[in-house]
Amino acid sequence: MLKKIKNNYLNLIFTFLSGIVILFIVAPIIGLYFNSTFNGIIETINESEVQESIWLTLWTSMTGTLLFSIFAIPFAYLLARKNFMFKNLINGLIDIPVIIPHTAAGIALLGIINRNTFFGEAAEFFGVKFIGNPIGIILAMSFVSIPFLINSARDGFASVPERFEQVALNLGASKLKVFFSISLPLAWRSILSGLILMWARGMSEFGAVMIIAYNPKITPVLIYERFTSFGLKYAIPVTVIFVSICLILFVLIRLTKKK
Amino acid sequence: MLLVKNINVNLGEFNLTNINFNVESGDYFVVLGASGVGKSVLLESIVGIKKIESGNVILNNEDITHKEINERKLSIVLQSVDLFPHYTVYENIAYPLRIKKSKNVNQKVLHYAEKVGIENKLEKKPETLSGGEAQRVALARCLATEYNLILLDEPLASLDVKSKYELKMLLRKLNREGITFIHVTHDYEESISLANKIAVLEKGTIVDLNSPEVIFKNPKSEFIANFIGHKNFIKGKIQSVNNSDLKIFTSDYDIDIYCLTDIDDGEAFLTISSNDISISNQKEKSSNRNNFYGKIIDIAKARIGYEIIIDSNYKFAVAISKESIENLDLKIGKEVWLSFKASACKIYR
Repeated sequence: MLKKIKNNYLNLIFTFLSGIVILFIVAPIIGLYFNSTFNGIIETINESEVQESIWLTLWTSMTGTLLFSIFAIPFAYLLARKNFMFKNLINGLIDIPVIIPHTAAGIALLGIINRNTFFGEAAEFFGVKFIGNPIGIILAMSFVSIPFLINSARDGFASVPERFEQVALNLGASKLKVFFSISLPLAWRSILSGLILMWARGMSEFGAVMIIAYNPKITPVLIYERFTSFGLKYAIPVTVIFVSICLILFVLIRLTKKK
Repeated sequence: MLLVKNINVNLGEFNLTNINFNVESGDYFVVLGASGVGKSVLLESIVGIKKIESGNVILNNEDITHKEINERKLSIVLQSVDLFPHYTVYENIAYPLRIKKSKNVNQKVLHYAEKVGIENKLEKKPETLSGGEAQRVALARCLATEYNLILLDEPLASLDVKSKYELKMLLRKLNREGITFIHVTHDYEESISLANKIAVLEKGTIVDLNSPEVIFKNPKSEFIANFIGHKNFIKGKIQSVNNSDLKIFTSDYDIDIYCLTDIDDGEAFLTISSNDISISNQKEKSSNRNNFYGKIIDIAKARIGYEIIIDSNYKFAVAISKESIENLDLKIGKEVWLSFKASACKIYR
């Protein structure tokens, strides 16, 4: 009996602690919606600066995700299937963008793409500008979000039994055909989840993007600017709109994982 | 058709050593052996999944030892169900046809599906199939490669009795129609009912290769001897004594056994039926030439009576009645004498 009461107490305490964590995550988000008015949000949606900024954020993050997936997905396949020297080291390197402060990531990136570097000069020769340009935004977003795609895709490929690839080869398929007809479709759910995660993470990036391209303003930068120039009241409507878009993406991620 | 010449495969703790055999077109070649002797590895080496250290695999006069898996032109059904889970049965069978850019894919898929009797399952996903149906689809997919040589890794292992029987009939039918099979199994009844040639694999090497009749008439391995009821199977050497038919068999177990045989001196195999050995508490004077002292290490109920295992360097299996166990007060750990006549020993070469 005493034991039962003790167990119940433990459950009660743990449930209480869990509730606090949930509240800590959810309360600020819900607060955002309570602190904004419907009219304010509609007015903000109609502002061309906000529309342009949200569109810029969506497409730069999407372009970065699609562009870097061409490199990241084959790389993830290698990591899942092959053993090579320094593989553990490389697996660790992938996570660096996640663990360093994102302003530092921006500074580091700026260090190699500014006008005085080889990359900067070469790009300028072809008429491409990184700084203060959507291309710079794409690079900054991709730098901090690519680990999500690589890790997710690597886990996806690793969960595909190698037997299926061997059987496909035995049936006469080329290695390329095996990759596209067996490995990629069977790992697709994880890859898709990684793509959505990379896209969403890129969209929410502020620190690295602000260092490389303050202008044109992506939404996180716009929110920051409205807050510092006009105060909390003016920052909330655009925040609500942007958070709503992020939440929709989040639901999408959960749905793909669940299936 | 397929010549395996002296192949060696190194797998760390385990090796395939000097494997030689020749499979001719139309053969049903069975590789028989207990679990863990290297049967699957042998098949995987032939198709190129496992790397061969030395030796050659020659298919239709072409050396394929170092060819890529997808250039070898022989197909395999692996032990684990290996149908592509994201494709339907139809797409699985069509896979090799599409690779070859074959014409009339529809017609051909239907043709092979009918051949193996799964034409009504074409729209199903592999996860909804029974074990027997999945093996049929895997077979149809191999047939669709049109290679004529199919390797099967324990295809009947996980099937129920009815599916096993039906699949065996199908395999025999396909073999009659000209498909050559190399089939590995641990089930000797399976090998008898399908094979025209059997290779017995023990500890990574082929110890016997012949027709089923010869293999089971003159067992050359403990594995086969056990199957046909010879519990006591010993390898060793025959040595003549004074030009008599009574010879000494020196075994690898450090025991010398008298046997009555006209087989010439040299390496040989000896079997003694467990019915021909008697047990006593003391050494008894009798016409039995072979008397060994040993300890009882196991007593188990057999189909008829009991079976006692006595360790006298070699672990002899002895058939005995319940009454004798009680009369002699036999129990595990007790030390006893066992004896048998020289004429009870059967010698094979």
